[in-house]
Amino acid sequence: MMMNRNLLSAADLSRDQAVEILDIAEGMADVNDREIKKLPTLRGKTVVNLFFEDSTRTRISFELAAKRLSADVINFSAKGSSVSKGESLKDTAQTLEAMGADAVVIRHGASGAANVLAHSGWINGAIVNAGDGTHEHPTQALLDAFTMRKRLHGKASAGRSLDGVKVAIVGDILHSRVARSNLLLLNTLGAEVHFVAPPTLLPANASNMKATLHYSLDEVLENETPEVVMMLRVQAERMNASYFPSEREYARIWGFNADRLAKLKPGAMVMHPGPMNRGLEIDAISADSPQSTVLGQVANGVSVRMAVLFSVLSGERANHVN
Amino acid sequence: MSSRTVLSSDDIDRAITRIAHEILEANTALQKSGTKNLVILGIPTRGVLLAERIAAVISKTEPNTNIDELLGRLDITMYRDDLAKNPTRNVTETHIPSGGIDDKVVVLVDDVLFSGRTIRAALDALNDFGRPRAVRLAVLVDRGHRELPIRADFVGKNLPTAREERIRVQLAETDQKNAVVIEA
Repeated sequence: MMMNRNLLSAADLSRDQAVEILDIAEGMADVNDREIKKLPTLRGKTVVNLFFEDSTRTRISFELAAKRLSADVINFSAKGSSVSKGESLKDTAQTLEAMGADAVVIRHGASGAANVLAHSGWINGAIVNAGDGTHEHPTQALLDAFTMRKRLHGKASAGRSLDGVKVAIVGDILHSRVARSNLLLLNTLGAEVHFVAPPTLLPANASNMKATLHYSLDEVLENETPEVVMMLRVQAERMNASYFPSEREYARIWGFNADRLAKLKPGAMVMHPGPMNRGLEIDAISADSPQSTVLGQVANGVSVRMAVLFSVLSGERANHVN
Repeated sequence: MSSRTVLSSDDIDRAITRIAHEILEANTALQKSGTKNLVILGIPTRGVLLAERIAAVISKTEPNTNIDELLGRLDITMYRDDLAKNPTRNVTETHIPSGGIDDKVVVLVDDVLFSGRTIRAALDALNDFGRPRAVRLAVLVDRGHRELPIRADFVGKNLPTAREERIRVQLAETDQKNAVVIEA
């Protein structure tokens, strides 16, 4: 199947394409268990990690993924670069193009930055969105879907979608690119999405979203008995207004804790994209419980990003720089 | 488009039985025992099915054979030299028997030997799993037109072809019937 040359949004992927990326990631996961954790596949390709926003796991994960595929990796973070001297995204992009980047992995604080880079004609390489503002984070959605599939189906995962799986996404839906990308991908893969949040942290107009909205986490756990509960990080850096009265109240009503853990049905899982605010949206007992997939998500992130880089970088690409 | 069947189902069975016995013979000459230190790796898709059939024949002849230690599969997609040109192909599972391949005699199994590039990729892939004592190659059909210095040790049938012709290997597991067809 022909893959897109960019991955900008989880909505770019058809059901077959999404399942194919997850299947390729299965193969990549095997490589990560080998003694020699390296494939020659992307030898001679250059991948640039262009990070305008702070990140630990996503950047390291992409770096490791590219290196496991034998690509050369350049890490570019806005701090300590010419961006702090006022260089524009356009000039930065053209500089990278002149240096011959085959793929650019971009994280930016502005929603739509990856899209601008992909359609500007400044750069000919493949563009992978690694998080743009409050918009999207498609590789996170892919690794979450991969983690769900692996937990639910184990070795029989290959080729499967997530038909009928109930997923409750809890917390700061309004600012979360993880929630948006997950919603799009989970819809594509046939899962049923429930958003749970205080009214102030739900989007003002959620009517065009294919998700059921709830205000009470306990009611959802009781009535919907989801297979997956995904806790979102309370993003202090985007909390520019009072969205809830106090952290203690948030933790009590919307935080995941041992009592709620006990209510999960057998085989259900608790996910968190990290970094966790322990004691706020998730307590330590749940985060470190066997039902928690937090560390599994990190490990799967490398496999999924290997699959994404492989997909966007293999196959002939047209030269269409303006 | 004209097509001609060159191997029937029975022909394929006979070829596989013969290849299995040749593998055993060669291994006995080398290691004094039919299946000692022997590993058979199929290359997806149809090489895996052929490897399964060869292993089945071997385990019938040598009753003490443990198939789990004998049979595996080797996906070579990520080692191909034409990834930059061809659209993505699906990566499938690689399974190496638990004993590994260090100091083993590894027999690679594929359906058609053509340019030799798949086998080159397979040799690269083997490198990442260990250092076999020897690597052999078994194919159902050798159609010529090699682009690399590679040859098969065990061949079901040598089939001189024109470059434009297509060889289609059909196996019951994936194609509902067993046949080798030449299409022009």
